[in-house]
Amino acid sequence: MLSTIFTADFFAAILRATTPILFATLAAAIAAKSGIINMALEGMMLFAALFGVIFSSLTQSWAGGLLITMALGGLLGLILAFFVLNLKTDEILAAIAINLVATGGTVLLMLAFSGDRGTSISIQSVPAPKLDIPFLQDVPVLGSLLCGHNVMTYLALIAVVVVHIFLYKTPLGLKIRAVGENKNAAESVGISSRRIQYIALILSGILVAMGGFFMSGGYMSMFTKDMAAGRGYIALAASSMGANTPIGGFLVAVLFGIAQAFANVMQLSTIPYELIQMVPYLTTLIGLGIYSYSRMKKRQKAGGK
Amino acid sequence: MEKQIVLQMLNIMKIYSNGVVANEDVTLELEKGEIHALLGENGAGKSTLMKVLFGIETPDQGKILLNGQEVHIKSPQEAISKGIGMVHQHFMLVPSLTVAENIILGVEPRKGKVFIDFNKAVDEAKKIAETYNFDIDVTAKVEDIPVGIKQKVEILKALYRGADILILDEPTAVLTPQETAELFVQLKKLRGNGHTIIFISHKLDEIKEICDRATIMRNGRSMGTYRVSEISTDDMSRLMVGREVAHSFEKEAAKCGDVVMRVRDLTVYNSQGVLKVDGLSFDLRGGEILGIAGVEGNGQSELIDTLNGINKKYKGTIRIKDADIQRMSIKDVRNLKVAHIPEDRMVSGCAGTLSILENLFSNQYDRPEYSGKMLLKRKAIEKRSNELIEEYKVKCRSNKQAVGMLSGGNIQKVIVAREFSSAPDIIIANQPTRGIDVGATEFIRQRLLEFRNAGCAVILVSADLNEIFALSDRLAVMYKGKFSGVFTDVSAVTEEELGRYMLGLEHAEKLEGAIYE
Repeated sequence: MLSTIFTADFFAAILRATTPILFATLAAAIAAKSGIINMALEGMMLFAALFGVIFSSLTQSWAGGLLITMALGGLLGLILAFFVLNLKTDEILAAIAINLVATGGTVLLMLAFSGDRGTSISIQSVPAPKLDIPFLQDVPVLGSLLCGHNVMTYLALIAVVVVHIFLYKTPLGLKIRAVGENKNAAESVGISSRRIQYIALILSGILVAMGGFFMSGGYMSMFTKDMAAGRGYIALAASSMGANTPIGGFLVAVLFGIAQAFANVMQLSTIPYELIQMVPYLTTLIGLGIYSYSRMKKRQKAGGK
Repeated sequence: MEKQIVLQMLNIMKIYSNGVVANEDVTLELEKGEIHALLGENGAGKSTLMKVLFGIETPDQGKILLNGQEVHIKSPQEAISKGIGMVHQHFMLVPSLTVAENIILGVEPRKGKVFIDFNKAVDEAKKIAETYNFDIDVTAKVEDIPVGIKQKVEILKALYRGADILILDEPTAVLTPQETAELFVQLKKLRGNGHTIIFISHKLDEIKEICDRATIMRNGRSMGTYRVSEISTDDMSRLMVGREVAHSFEKEAAKCGDVVMRVRDLTVYNSQGVLKVDGLSFDLRGGEILGIAGVEGNGQSELIDTLNGINKKYKGTIRIKDADIQRMSIKDVRNLKVAHIPEDRMVSGCAGTLSILENLFSNQYDRPEYSGKMLLKRKAIEKRSNELIEEYKVKCRSNKQAVGMLSGGNIQKVIVAREFSSAPDIIIANQPTRGIDVGATEFIRQRLLEFRNAGCAVILVSADLNEIFALSDRLAVMYKGKFSGVFTDVSAVTEEELGRYMLGLEHAEKLEGAIYE
């Protein structure tokens, strides 16, 4: 098994497994920085995975499908924001509702579009292509490591930098962080915390939609029922463990990506499939343990003041 | 020379939707370049009036004239844009951001169209700090700077936004005497620069020291505006409270009894692992009030929570009436006749949504007088609760009213009634009169003295130095988890001296004998 691990293929497998989690982690980070735990990432990703298939098929272009999916992801973020910020629904309850609607709704929509309840195999979708970088691909070792990945993987890595710059170098990013940390302080200088949180949730929706798009147009090339498979929740853990910073979240997302890639490789071994399937979730469980612990400490800190 | 009037609030009326008349026909006039005190008890309507001015509340009647022009201020943004700035009592700062970032938040200088120009932000923050002679490191994170500096940042924030009129809501409540003195110097400079300052307070001596004029409020009405130099503190307090308040207590000499609490080498770390109480030892005797002064955050809260049996993680020993409380539950500790007035009345003092009656009995509902085998004895509880409400003068409609609906002073009276009615031998009072009106304060202090005279031991933690001076028989100052000073003759201590110990500029060499045997 070791021989399969230290290869360019396994490196690619890690990146592939990391990509959707990474998008979702960035989405979680932006929302968290604005003071909202976006637990609806799971449902949003699932919706986006289906939208990706449908709209890349309708436009017959992966880019067209991606743009529409991102727009719809933003819309989902807007809906969550409306429930949480306008109707004052508990943010966790609103998220659970979206996730449940996604579980049933995606199957219903798929049935309507493809006549199938399990997969979207009959829809002629256009997956995102793999990207070869000229010149770099000719470099030995480095070329085979860095080239030939899905274009969404590159976008995810770029997104880490973009989100970092956005949060820490732009006025809007500063406002998001201020609102998340001390809403009253932000409002006292004339920042509308509601507006800022709306923006943060819409951006969160757009980012996670990119992850969802990759699930059905890259990771796999079709939509299958419940294909987000907990990645939205894993991302929440990853973001939190990374202190809700893009760079920190990226590192943890890679860790989870490795766990996922391991699980994929180990399926070829004699260890029972069901056990192996547990690996990414077990990693998350441990991660969430740390997450909860840190939250508890934070609450104690807040309570102690 | 006639002074120029910059702001007039004329006949302001504000009735809240729950029917509370917060402001009734209140008129406030500000002269340019004055420090104007807004004086009144809690609930007198000061905050509401300022909320109206700052655009947080809209008045039901009356008008506001700014430089002679009528204005309608609908939001804090509008107030800010019209040159009105407010420094809130609870700081409106983002802890993880730097001083400069906090100052420019919302009006960030930009590099190109997209990015914040952080260098310019630092430069501008420095410039504004220098203009007003504020000595601040603008690149420090707000979470790392002391309270006094945070307040300066708040003031700078308002000035940076072009505030001509500054509202300061009880600015000295969180400051040490030295920090207060420094603040006053700054405020005088601002006044010299032509800024107008509204200084909300109920500390008469501070108003005497720094304010030019004072508008006194009581029960939502203005009791008039006076030149501070022409009115005595007694008159001010009479107008504020409506009756003469005794400022110093007639205190009998303490009749110290036996040691009821013996603390040795007490060490407490908080949940973040920070050392908060550092090897404290002291004895507490029946019939004395041990005052504990100190800047907030020097371990007072942790000390009190440990003495009460709430925090179990400590090293050292606490013996109450010769019983080691390490393994006792909070209830066991209370059964040793220990009463506790907690620091934060809304968080740990009461259950806000429950009724006065339910709150009054939350520490003694299971006593045989009030509880049968299965059900509570309603009649007995009703009767006793009405007695307590009367005895402690809790202003309420009935004992069924939710405690959270009462004013701060009345909530505190409910808590005090509950704690004192358990017939304690030891009272641990943490900020018992913080943020409540003069009447309730007086009442609670008087009660504490009565208990002390009857042989009860009292530990009093307070940020109010007047309270500490007035009540304490012995006085200890906490600094970084230790007693930096202990005074057995409280009358010989000056505020300045106390301040030096509070800031850790001086340390007592030898505590043995003064604070324990």
